[in-house]
Amino acid sequence: MATQLLRRRVTQILSHGSPNPISLPRPFSSATDTIRATLFPGDGIGPEIAESVKQVFRTAEVPIEWEEHYVGDQVDPRTQSFLTWESLESVRRNRVGLKGPMATPIGKGHRSLNLTLRKELNLYANVRPCYSLPGYKTRYDDVNLITIRENTEGEYSGLEHQVVRGVVESLKIITRQASLRVAEYAFHYAKTHGRERVSAIHKANIMQKTDGLFLKCCREVAEKYPEITYEEVVIDNCCMMLVKNPALFDVLVMPNLYGDIISDLCAGLIGGLGLTPSCNIGEGGIALAEAVHGSAPDIAGKNMANPTALLLSSVSMLRHLNLHDKADRIQDAILNTIAEGKYRTADLGGTSTTTDFTKAICDHL
Amino acid sequence: MARRSMPILRQFWNFPSSNLTPTRSVTYMPRPGDGAPRAVTLIPGDGIGPLVTGAVEQVMQAMHAPVYFERYDVHGDMDRVPEEVIQSIKKNKVCLKGGLATPMGGGVSSLNVQLRRELDLYASLVNCFNLPGLPTRHQDVDIVVIRENTEGEYSGLEHEVVPGVVESLKLITKFCSERIAKYAFEYAYLNNRKKVTAVHKANIMKLADGLFLESCREVATKYPGIKYNEIIVDNCCMQLVSKPEQFDVMVTPNLYGNLVANTAAGIAGGTGVMPGGNVGADHAVFEQGASAGNVGNEKLLEQKKANPVALLLSSAMMLRHLQFPSFADRLETAVERVISDGKYRTKDLGGSSTTQEVVDAVIAAID
Repeated sequence: MATQLLRRRVTQILSHGSPNPISLPRPFSSATDTIRATLFPGDGIGPEIAESVKQVFRTAEVPIEWEEHYVGDQVDPRTQSFLTWESLESVRRNRVGLKGPMATPIGKGHRSLNLTLRKELNLYANVRPCYSLPGYKTRYDDVNLITIRENTEGEYSGLEHQVVRGVVESLKIITRQASLRVAEYAFHYAKTHGRERVSAIHKANIMQKTDGLFLKCCREVAEKYPEITYEEVVIDNCCMMLVKNPALFDVLVMPNLYGDIISDLCAGLIGGLGLTPSCNIGEGGIALAEAVHGSAPDIAGKNMANPTALLLSSVSMLRHLNLHDKADRIQDAILNTIAEGKYRTADLGGTSTTTDFTKAICDHL
Repeated sequence: MARRSMPILRQFWNFPSSNLTPTRSVTYMPRPGDGAPRAVTLIPGDGIGPLVTGAVEQVMQAMHAPVYFERYDVHGDMDRVPEEVIQSIKKNKVCLKGGLATPMGGGVSSLNVQLRRELDLYASLVNCFNLPGLPTRHQDVDIVVIRENTEGEYSGLEHEVVPGVVESLKLITKFCSERIAKYAFEYAYLNNRKKVTAVHKANIMKLADGLFLESCREVATKYPGIKYNEIIVDNCCMQLVSKPEQFDVMVTPNLYGNLVANTAAGIAGGTGVMPGGNVGADHAVFEQGASAGNVGNEKLLEQKKANPVALLLSSAMMLRHLQFPSFADRLETAVERVISDGKYRTKDLGGSSTTQEVVDAVIAAID
């Protein structure tokens, strides 16, 4: 009974329907054909946790064939970064991918890896479902919210310049097109997952034109979904309410900077980035699920990493592909393993290795 | 450590039946004439503002504190702060204010921001700490957030490039970053704080926040006794909700300071109890620390259940600023005693008292 309730609640949260209402028809719809998906294992602990995912998928007999791509060690002139053109083409072709943590190489003359992916694949929304994991106790037990963050513009446009010595200007850009796009996605997501309320987070009392435009776009989209309650919350109120009573929120839609901060705050409420799944949605229905934690070079290769974030992200990838029964099975296995508490990696307070934890999940399948 | 144990020790000192000797034996020696009443500008503000500033006035009267208030009515929907109010603050140098509501997207710039710019109140200080007796999810919180108050994202320089595309300028200057860093370190030095953390997003906004960090680092070298570190704002918020005890003094640019202060206030008991103020080279304005909820909502106003604790503690800060430490101590002790007793608490703290009941309890607890 508890498992069923858990399953229902969790299905509501993590299932991804077709994200873009005007997405092109996908060539894969039957569960028996093998689906190709791009996998970027990443750096540091990336390869180990990617191996975990592959093992769990193999045990669960998920019909996915991985195309692995690694970050190169030379800048590819076609993409101006260490990611090769072939990798990006692979994601565009397969329309679905899973990405492990990538360390940003230091230096100039190339774009950061995340920025490259975002710009080339036009990933406009970052979706992070945050819900308290039963069995892993944090100070907050009733978190159940989704943060949807606009990923392309806002304060992170990267347009800065020094006016005179000692004076720097940075541009924050808000466009109607991007705001409408992310608002549409947010409401569509809320509708397909049975969420009742969408809150737009802003600071329009101070930044009247920029956040005002964002709010106007959200209001326009809200009118098309009369069954979903829409509200607007100023960001300082939002921060305060989140730390006092996170159950007040359901779906949050925000511009770039606020989204970054609030989504990390929510990740902190449920136990950190090591447990948070995340998915980036692009134009044309591309979905790139990713683990948002860092590459943790200090524990790389020591079999100590926690694969939960990447596993939960891969589950959301499965839901995007409409493989709901497999997704449910894997998710239940993960949650049961954590809830039991016998096999937990070091960051959750246990002593298991990555391989033990993965094996425990496979046993639960 | 001293800061946290002081309120608890003070509670013991002031109980009439206590037999603990107070540890402060060296007295405060004023200059002759320091006891003359000081004028303080009072702006009741909007919403619950008049209710909570009324509370402060009552308590000040009950204590016979050497301050008298010059009241000015300012409302959030005026276009500018009236000139007479500015003149009054310039004359008195100190002001106590309730919240001013800012109309949303209405083309009127916020009066709070205007006031800060006119008087060049460049540092906003919010003290977030666990009140003894008030249960919260996080313990051992004692954070002071010092936020740059004049530039950054709140410059108000926005324009529509073409229809559907709007730009907003975020300005960071060396001058402002340096003075806020200097204020933060000086504050830490004068208040025996051990660590200053700079909050930034310089991995993305390399030039703007990079300039802010450079200024902080330069000032840090002048205070070798104070530890300095830097943290990215999203990681900072995550750490605040999981391990807030690692933070001491935080110095931030404008927008991040707003978020961090409200988050820290939320974890330590709510914005209804955190004191704060804005200070510049010549003037100081004291108000409820965190900005969320300082105007309240209709229901609070009708039922008169707004929490006066934040403004009472801010007025204690004001008394200390005016060099009346004994009155400040007595007020602070009384408020803390009322909170820890738990009988008179407003709704945001889990109780059901009205503002007036809390004020009466505080007045009764003053000795």
